[in-house]
Amino acid sequence: MPEMSRQRPGTMRLVDAVKYRLPLAGVVSILHRASGALLFGLLPLIIWLFDMSVTSEISYDVFRSAFTAGIGFVPGGLVKVIALALIWAFLHHFIAGVRHLWMDATHSVTKEAGRISAVVTLASSVVLTVILGAKLYGAF
Amino acid sequence: MTVNYGSRRVVVGAHYGMRDWLSQRITAVLMALFTLVLLAQLIFGGPLGYDRWAAIFSAQWMKVLTFVVFIALGWHAWVGVRDIWMDYVKPAALRLVLQVATIVWLVGCMGWAVQVLWRL
Repeated sequence: MPEMSRQRPGTMRLVDAVKYRLPLAGVVSILHRASGALLFGLLPLIIWLFDMSVTSEISYDVFRSAFTAGIGFVPGGLVKVIALALIWAFLHHFIAGVRHLWMDATHSVTKEAGRISAVVTLASSVVLTVILGAKLYGAF
Repeated sequence: MTVNYGSRRVVVGAHYGMRDWLSQRITAVLMALFTLVLLAQLIFGGPLGYDRWAAIFSAQWMKVLTFVVFIALGWHAWVGVRDIWMDYVKPAALRLVLQVATIVWLVGCMGWAVQVLWRL
């Protein structure tokens, strides 16, 4: 018995967990959590942007110039990068959420279906982020 | 008497997570539908400037809908962020502080959003 108890692995630590290769469905899952946390943390910024954009013509100009001239001590370039991160976080969280609902509704929970929908989620969120990012940076 | 152990354990009516699971999905569907409604208004209706953007949110039905979606967002984020704290933060005192801070953060944000909506 002492032999047995010595072999027990104990609680898994993060350094042990990162040794495992995460399947793509796992990547979608942790990014779903990370993007949700980011949206939660930056919620005041999102509401501030909404406030500025909608309250008056003057605040609308403040909203627009935040992306070019910046706002206060924050340069416009940083505002754009943060906006791009928010765009990706929203898209990934949205699409991964729809994936969840679709799996709930259709019981599409096989390993292969999960892998395919994970690829679709990762790819479509990145493609849409690139398109909206191009718009944000004035490419069209 | 109710069996509350073994394989015949009663697992309904005692908040084993069904309520959180369901409310997170319902609020998600509400927010997704709102996104589509807003997107439809943005796509149809000519060039977008301050006037048209503000007009979208000045309609009373849109204010009510946006308000409901903000409440849904707060509820949805509460379930999700609480999950994060429960997974990673083990000391009960610290977890309680973080959970209270989460509620303060979310309720504060929702109050601000309501003010933005109804002074428009």
